[in-house]
Amino acid sequence: MLDLRKYSSVGEALHDALETWPREVCLIESDRGEEKQRLTYRNFKDQALPLAKALQDLGVGPGDRVSIIMTNQSKWLISAYAIFFCGATLVPLDYKLKPEEHWQLLKHSGAKILITEFGIWRQLGASRGRTAATNFQAVLATEAPANADMAGAVRWEEARGAQAPVFVPQGRQDIACIVYSSGTGGTPKGCMMTHENYLEQCMALTSLYPFWPGVRYLSILPTNHAIDFMVGFFGPFTCGAAVVHLRTLRPEYVREAFPKYEITYVSLVPLVLKNLQKGLQARFDELPASKRKALEAVRNINRALTKDHPRLWLSRKLLGEVHTAFGGKLEAIIVGGAFTEPQTLQFFYDLGIPVANGYGLTEAGTAVTVNDLKPFRADTVGKPLPGMEVEIRNPDADGIGEVTVRSKTVMAGYLNEPELTAETIVNGWLRTGDMGRFDSSGNLQLFGRKKNMIVTEEGKNVYAEDVEQAFEGLRVKEFCVFAANYVWPQRSMVNEKLILVIHLEPGQAFSDELKAEIGVRNSRLINYKRVHGLVVYHEDFPLTASLKIKRNELAQRLGAQDREQSILPI
Amino acid sequence: MRTIEQTTQEILQLATQQFKVPAGSLAPGDDFYKKLGIDSLQALEMLSRLENHFKIELPDYEVQGVSDFQTLAERIQARL
Repeated sequence: MLDLRKYSSVGEALHDALETWPREVCLIESDRGEEKQRLTYRNFKDQALPLAKALQDLGVGPGDRVSIIMTNQSKWLISAYAIFFCGATLVPLDYKLKPEEHWQLLKHSGAKILITEFGIWRQLGASRGRTAATNFQAVLATEAPANADMAGAVRWEEARGAQAPVFVPQGRQDIACIVYSSGTGGTPKGCMMTHENYLEQCMALTSLYPFWPGVRYLSILPTNHAIDFMVGFFGPFTCGAAVVHLRTLRPEYVREAFPKYEITYVSLVPLVLKNLQKGLQARFDELPASKRKALEAVRNINRALTKDHPRLWLSRKLLGEVHTAFGGKLEAIIVGGAFTEPQTLQFFYDLGIPVANGYGLTEAGTAVTVNDLKPFRADTVGKPLPGMEVEIRNPDADGIGEVTVRSKTVMAGYLNEPELTAETIVNGWLRTGDMGRFDSSGNLQLFGRKKNMIVTEEGKNVYAEDVEQAFEGLRVKEFCVFAANYVWPQRSMVNEKLILVIHLEPGQAFSDELKAEIGVRNSRLINYKRVHGLVVYHEDFPLTASLKIKRNELAQRLGAQDREQSILPI
Repeated sequence: MRTIEQTTQEILQLATQQFKVPAGSLAPGDDFYKKLGIDSLQALEMLSRLENHFKIELPDYEVQGVSDFQTLAERIQARL
């Protein structure tokens, strides 16, 4: 891999990667089982540089922000490199957000150019939120049909400058990306990630899970997500490896991709991993009793022989059929975005498929700890990566306290939010809001959160405040949304739920009509943002002088009540 | 050409079969995540079956955020 210590920016490292491995394949793109594109590093460069020149002709340079809203595909990475080449800041947004949410974040980020897919642009253009973003200068849309109404956008394929662009260097402390970790409903949390953050994180991660030319990484998590940006773009590229994109992420195409492209690594969220487990288990259960027994015996042998560390060659021999289904070249499944239940991790490890679970957050530059598999420990999230200082603050009698992190990978701060930044990074230490402790072997174990938020199994961060606007105007005296575990702390990070707390007007009854209205409003929220319980509170909410709800105090008062008796189903 | 009502009814029928719920228990306005008790991956599997049935292709982003049969039917109808 490239020696990243000598680079000062993401763009500079990528620039050298394209020169180092010109003939290696860097991208494969497949749609519904059909391979659409295969690019070498040289092909990649040939597509990216004319785009960089077009951006420079549009005036893009240092300090400018350019947003990408795209599904996982080759043009995402080509566009990102062109942006870095110009010395500009990339604002990657989740294509799964609603158009109104896109506009809100585009406005907040101050992006002056948007690069997107035509289908997404059609939805964005039709959205009422469009008037919100006035800072826009140009939109580049990919893959528009020949006779399409571009609605003011320029075709990405035609955005090609004739002359060679000029590479614009950036410093390690300059902002490479603004990554939104959440906040489309409340305060947008735009994490300002420096070039140093990425360079350091990449060195740390690849020291444990190396890439090399010939490695094929299957990119499933959205590339705007810190994990996929690192292990599905920057990591493989700085090592001469290849990334495989599937334009359609239906389970059948994902399954097919493993053997077809002999995938080496894949990153998944716990929900997908559990789904894989369910599918495999169902297939095992269908086996005749004798075969099932034989499988169980081999699994036990594998477990015993890989107790200290993985022995992939041996596991592939012992459990050949399972490994063949995964293509036979899988080195590890990287799981992240949310907490994974130990039994799911153990299930895969016993089959000889290492699962690299860890713990991280965008603010810390992706991963903080990762399981080093020596030995595999399903009950922990691993040890701190090289370069990470992790301390437990204010531990209780059991040694459990807030996880804090100091590292060159910690973000510069939240965009336009100096107060929130000052609360989050104190004297150089990032306060994660997650509760944990180290075990005797130095592995981190997590025990819930002190933040008023949940993380779903799909890796979605949902802040309770962000959900409240769905209930604006509800006919009650006041209301508030909480993460149930914030009110009633649990030493657990699974099955996290949101609850709606209402306080009725004097004399108002809790009617069926009100209950129905709550149900309707709740169902308008995207499924992972919905509240799962209702609490009718009978006292006035504690308020600040400016009439804002004192959430901490209200949570404490609610917490004194019995959890099970307080929460009504919705 | 199917009407939107026909498309909706066919979707309901297919979902009834796929997730083995009692016939007639699904309505156009139902939230399929809630009513069928499925997660986002199972919803994607349902989409694949609908694509095969209607002989269309639906990009993933077009059905992102859709959670009721009626809206799903409208998205499918637009591609028929």
